Amino acid sequence: MGKKVILIEDERNIIEAISFILSRDGWEVKTHSNGHDAVEAVRDRRPDLVILDVMLPGKSGFDILQEIRDDAELGATPVLMLTARGQQKDREMAERAGASRYMTKPFSNAEVLEAVRDLVGP
Amino acid sequence: MIGSRIRERRVINGLKQAELARRAGISASYLNLIEHNRRRIGGKTLNKLAEILGVAPVLLSEGAEATLIAALREAAARSETEGRAGAEADRAEEFAGRFPGWARLMSDLARQRAELESTVMALTDRLAHDPQLAASLHEVISTVTAIRSTASILADTKPLEPEWQTRFHRNINEDSQRLAEGAEALVRYLEQAPDARSEIMSPQDELHAFLEAHGFHFPMLEGAGGSARIASVIDRADRLETEAARSLARTVLEQYVRDARLLPAGGMAEAVAEHGPDPAAIAAATGAPMPAVFRRLAMRPEAEAGPVGLVVCDGSGTLMLRKPALGFTMPRSAAACALWPLYQLLTQPGAPVRLRLRQGEARVLALTVSEEVAPARFDRPALHRPHMLLLPDPGPEAAGAVREVGVNCQVCPIADCEARREPSILGRSF
Repeated sequence: MGKKVILIEDERNIIEAISFILSRDGWEVKTHSNGHDAVEAVRDRRPDLVILDVMLPGKSGFDILQEIRDDAELGATPVLMLTARGQQKDREMAERAGASRYMTKPFSNAEVLEAVRDLVGP
Repeated sequence: MIGSRIRERRVINGLKQAELARRAGISASYLNLIEHNRRRIGGKTLNKLAEILGVAPVLLSEGAEATLIAALREAAARSETEGRAGAEADRAEEFAGRFPGWARLMSDLARQRAELESTVMALTDRLAHDPQLAASLHEVISTVTAIRSTASILADTKPLEPEWQTRFHRNINEDSQRLAEGAEALVRYLEQAPDARSEIMSPQDELHAFLEAHGFHFPMLEGAGGSARIASVIDRADRLETEAARSLARTVLEQYVRDARLLPAGGMAEAVAEHGPDPAAIAAATGAPMPAVFRRLAMRPEAEAGPVGLVVCDGSGTLMLRKPALGFTMPRSAAACALWPLYQLLTQPGAPVRLRLRQGEARVLALTVSEEVAPARFDRPALHRPHMLLLPDPGPEAAGAVREVGVNCQVCPIADCEARREPSILGRSF
């Protein structure tokens, strides 16, 4: 039984590529592509890891992260943030909001795999 | 103070009082009284003294231009904060008086430098905050991310089932097209960047350049149907280059039209002729609200109401409208002097103030009143805009204390000021 990851991202072809490499690595991947009900999706899925894009339609990734962290049951879930902006300010914001790790686009597949393996130990 | 200037000039020239008096054909004790500003000095004696001292008489009677001196002090203050001390800021007046051409050149250079700096800042700002640029870049980076990830799957995954291969090929083709379009749009956008000139000034600066060019007066907007003509005034204004500045100007002119409706040009001229530039009397005679009378007095032609200055700020103390007059200097960008009675209205909007002010050589009568621009609600207090009107000083015979105020702390010579928030570079020698 693989570990569960939920990928919250709105870029269709990124979803497809990341889902593919994670599935091949033995993850059970679910995807979600808008901000509005992302937290409900996480609650339904109870994943071992959340991969969360910062820029989402409907709600900012930072707000979603905050809601996850404030939730008694979901609060401890590791969250990998994805962003297209490498600015120090964004990194600090992500850290303050409680991101477990922060990754700047464009990343390589190897980096993604390494990050998710680090965040969810064997 | 003519006398002080004569004394200063005499000392610069290394003349003894007795020597100067002798050459001017007056007694030394009379010159002494003049130098201590205890005797008025007539045209003939003034001309004679100016001739001996080698300066234009107007330089003695009026001193060097106040704005020029303020600009020099500001330039010195900037240099000092940047660690380049050495300009004798406290002798700016003397410098401007002796070398007006050099002084003007210096102040022009300092101004140009500040403008260039703000251009650079505006451009940097634009890269960091331009939403359209940010969106374009985001689009490009997202597409690059998708392509990179997909390409590396195609290259590294062995074996890759034919249906996956087809799918990823199709995705990469799609994304490369999107990338090409995104990159093209970005290049096009950067090439079309508005020319640097419009970035030089803040919208507030553009607004004030526009208002000053019109002398704060808009005959076209007087009379019936004024509001319909606002658009054409703005369209023809070449000083309003950005939409932000046009929108500020629109707000100011809409207010102008509303004020002109309350206080039409004819009635205003009559009221001023009867009462002088006395806002309380004009408000009583016309029934118009005081802030409207203030604005109307400041924005009628000077020939009608005399020199009238006006400052309006919002609840944060930010100056929104500045019409300098009577030698009373107002800072362009930095915050002003905390002792301006304008700011008293921030805590007591219902308590207008009438106060004589001294700012360097300038003497004015300041009247303040606050305008409520939005009523109080349960989720926030009422929003006020304090107004301060500047009128010619009625002189010492008028009752009331004089308050000494500055422009802003950096160029302010007042010692031991409890309102000071940063050191002045003029401190020592004053």
